[in-house]
Amino acid sequence: MAELALVRPRAGRDQRIMQGALLLAAGFLALFLLLPLAWLLVRAFQDAEGAFVGLANFAAYVTTPALAASAWNSLWVAALTTLLVVPLAFCFAYALTRSRIPGKPFFRAVMLLPVLAPSLLPALALIYLFGNQGMLRGWLLGHSIYGPIGIVLAQVFYCFPHAALILSVALAGADGRLYEAAAALKVGRWRMFTTITLPSATYGLVSAAVVVFTLVVTDFGIAKVIGGQFPVLATEVYKQVVGQQNFNMGAVVGIVLLLPAVGGFLLERWAQGRQAGVLSGRSVLYAPAARLARDVPLLLLCLAVAVALLSLVGIAVWGSAIRFWPYNLTLTWANYDFGRFDSAGWDALLLSVRMAGLTALFGTAIVFLVAYVLERGVASGPLPALVRFAASMPLAVPGLVLGLAYILFFNEPLNPLGFLYGTLAILVLNSLVHFYTVCHLTAVTAIRQLDPEFESASASLKVPVWLTFWRVTLPICLPAILEILVYLFVNAMTTVSAVIFLYGPDTKPASIAVVHMDEAGQSSAAAAMACTILAVNLGLKLLHLAMGSAIERWTQGWRRR
Amino acid sequence: MLDLLAARPPGPTYLTVEHVSKRFGGFTALHDVSLSVGAGEFVSFLGPSGCGKTTLLRAIAGLDMASSGRVTQAGRDITALPPAERDFGIVFQSYALFPNLNVAGNIGYGLRGAEWPREKARARVAELIATVGLEEHAQKYPSQLSGGQQQRVALARALANRPGLLLLDEPLSALDAIVRQRLRTEIRAVQKALGVTTIMVTHDQEEALSISDRIVVMNAGRIEQIGSPETVYRNPASAFVASFVGRSGSFDATVEPLGRLRAGNMSLGADAVASLPAGAAARAFIRPEDVKLGPAAEAYPGAFMAIVGGIEFLGPVCRIHLLVEGVTLEADVPSDQMAGLNLANTARVLVAVPADKVMAYPHG
Ligand SMILES: Nc1ncnc2c1ncn2[C@@H]1O[C@H](COP(=O)(O)OP(=O)(O)OP(=O)(O)O)[C@@H](O)[C@H]1O
Ligand SMILES: [Mg+2]
Repeated sequence: MAELALVRPRAGRDQRIMQGALLLAAGFLALFLLLPLAWLLVRAFQDAEGAFVGLANFAAYVTTPALAASAWNSLWVAALTTLLVVPLAFCFAYALTRSRIPGKPFFRAVMLLPVLAPSLLPALALIYLFGNQGMLRGWLLGHSIYGPIGIVLAQVFYCFPHAALILSVALAGADGRLYEAAAALKVGRWRMFTTITLPSATYGLVSAAVVVFTLVVTDFGIAKVIGGQFPVLATEVYKQVVGQQNFNMGAVVGIVLLLPAVGGFLLERWAQGRQAGVLSGRSVLYAPAARLARDVPLLLLCLAVAVALLSLVGIAVWGSAIRFWPYNLTLTWANYDFGRFDSAGWDALLLSVRMAGLTALFGTAIVFLVAYVLERGVASGPLPALVRFAASMPLAVPGLVLGLAYILFFNEPLNPLGFLYGTLAILVLNSLVHFYTVCHLTAVTAIRQLDPEFESASASLKVPVWLTFWRVTLPICLPAILEILVYLFVNAMTTVSAVIFLYGPDTKPASIAVVHMDEAGQSSAAAAMACTILAVNLGLKLLHLAMGSAIERWTQGWRRR
Repeated sequence: MLDLLAARPPGPTYLTVEHVSKRFGGFTALHDVSLSVGAGEFVSFLGPSGCGKTTLLRAIAGLDMASSGRVTQAGRDITALPPAERDFGIVFQSYALFPNLNVAGNIGYGLRGAEWPREKARARVAELIATVGLEEHAQKYPSQLSGGQQQRVALARALANRPGLLLLDEPLSALDAIVRQRLRTEIRAVQKALGVTTIMVTHDQEEALSISDRIVVMNAGRIEQIGSPETVYRNPASAFVASFVGRSGSFDATVEPLGRLRAGNMSLGADAVASLPAGAAARAFIRPEDVKLGPAAEAYPGAFMAIVGGIEFLGPVCRIHLLVEGVTLEADVPSDQMAGLNLANTARVLVAVPADKVMAYPHG
């Protein structure tokens, strides 16, 4: 046969652009995620001078009673919180999706409130209520709020929205025909619940439990503020690194912190594989009928949750405006005069806003471009697989561990990128990478809803791919992009653990200032600072809602039929 | 091959595909495919799902390049060129209309650059909108159009740049039967008026037979036959084509001397096996409209008796299922002649098949 020579495709301009972007993405994720983590791993096997010491650090870790105890403490506190939060969140989500209670939008909004506040805010509020000068101290029957009780209570508040959100998504998509079929077979309500509802929510339950457990194990702020003398992993790693400058032991604790997260990640993957698609194209959406025996208790539960969430935030706001808790309850702005408590003063908040703004801007651009190139560029080969893997990894890496990896990696004298250390840029990069995965998944979901032939169509019309990206992909995905933007901003504003190792004297974010002021005994000022963070986030969220509907009208007119 | 001549286009050649293969990892989707398309010709790729039609079309478009072989268009070797450097317009099965652009925006999407100043582009869009009859809908978004209207927008968009080659991937499969029939004649009319060389992928044989100049029948990554609709229907080159294109009853048989086929106790004259050695195994196909029943069969020498196994009413014709010695045949009888034949289930009826209408292929 004549022409069996292999065809060597000539890459067009579009493909070269996509390839280039993919290379940049791979380089970015390698430099700011994979290499720092690899370096963390290496450091765990070295001594302070950089000599290889095998498992000596791990041996030292296991035989240091305080360290081993902190691991155990972290575990049971996280387990207890998970046991409290997941059932509560399930009932709440069930009420939002499977009942006919009134005021669902209100409950939904209240549910998300804790996400907008730093995790320190509930801890501070609890101290106002149950601390040494607390108004309701008697309720604890002589126990101290400083320690496991305080940690668990504050964590329940802080983790609730995460679990409730996951579960309400899991419960939202129910196939009404299954319930009709069951009713036709005269199946009782309880059996319907255990044979239809629960199985369809299994993945959501596993996922929520994993998320809550990981959040608790890796959260630094709450344990720091309300943990008292109760050692947990997160505070221990801080002590090792910042207190004792023992970076190698810090790396070991970091790896230990990584274990539950990675385990949870794998567990979630497993559950995901077992979860059959809940909704097919032909499903009929389940619409609950009114039933008082179900709706009244659920409404009461939702009200109780809403009251608890709102009052905890309310206490923090009120406490921040009180002259001298609890002896002089007159209102004052004095606690907001941050300059009196912390040299950075209001600049800390400004810095936080700048950091969150930059994270949101760059993060959204990077996340969306990378997701686009992965979905619409060259799909096969090792490079896309590597980038895809790296993009899903930050979800399993606690902020504290990532921060630790950064400090080790960028502080390394040999690293040419060392100049980043202590700058705003490293804070931005760290937050961006830390919150990467959720944004990536949002972007991928949005892009997958577009016709896969858009790029082919535009190539056949000889329109360059970037023009189609600009004229078609971006406008259609604008709602998802705004979603990512707000998510990054809000999280960068509130994060403590991702930046605790990385801020410099001139780059102290507000969330860190809260920790410092609390450490210095200025808990009213700390609460005030936490409230300003909440206010900024609340403002942005409201702006998003208002702008969102305007932008919707302006760019999404084509969706209307 | 029976009609090697038909493998070449009647007029001057515009597009040639030579020895093209396509592999996805270890899987070979196209095996050494060759064909050519004449200037202004309308060619259909016809075959069952997964046979590689789309793959071949995308190799011609450069959207997924061939692994080996050569593709030339208008004398230019385009095998390895990226799609943007080729000259074609394409309509996708999903249409891939840009949902956030209106009809005019979609049609004019590719009219940019120095070649298309604003005024000229606008005039071209207006002209195309008129061609496909969407004047009233120019400002609507795709989601506000019916499936057939969307299809026309996609067609107009593909034609906007006056491409030399128009590629259609199952352009009608998303539409209901009546709209399909109307649109396929419209597509053919537009194609003829513009004289643009066109390749259409379809798995609907009626569609392919009704509007193509020539049909390329594909199976499992290979070309089974290339020919005019009539050739493909009347003289299928292989057992696959005979069974895939058009309706037929089929059975296994053995070749007997003097151009006869035997299946059980039934023996038929079949010109097609004249050149096969006696005793060879063959598979035979007979189209329902070629089977003569009752009085009409009497004139044929080899007529035999069969039992009616079932009658289907199909509107203009009735399809009679016949049992002969363990072999099943089908015969079509015009509905208005049914009364005269006096057929009922289990009735016995005289059957004949003209020897030149039996299609048979060596088997096994
Ligand atoms: N990107 C790919 N990777 C692997 N295999 C593929 C790919 N694209 C197509 N194939 C395989 O190649 C074969 C031919 O696919 P193709 O899409 O060309 O079929 P088709 O004839 O167009 O079928 P249909 O009528 O269903 O559209 C199929 O078996 C398909 O699974
Ligand atoms: Mg196809």
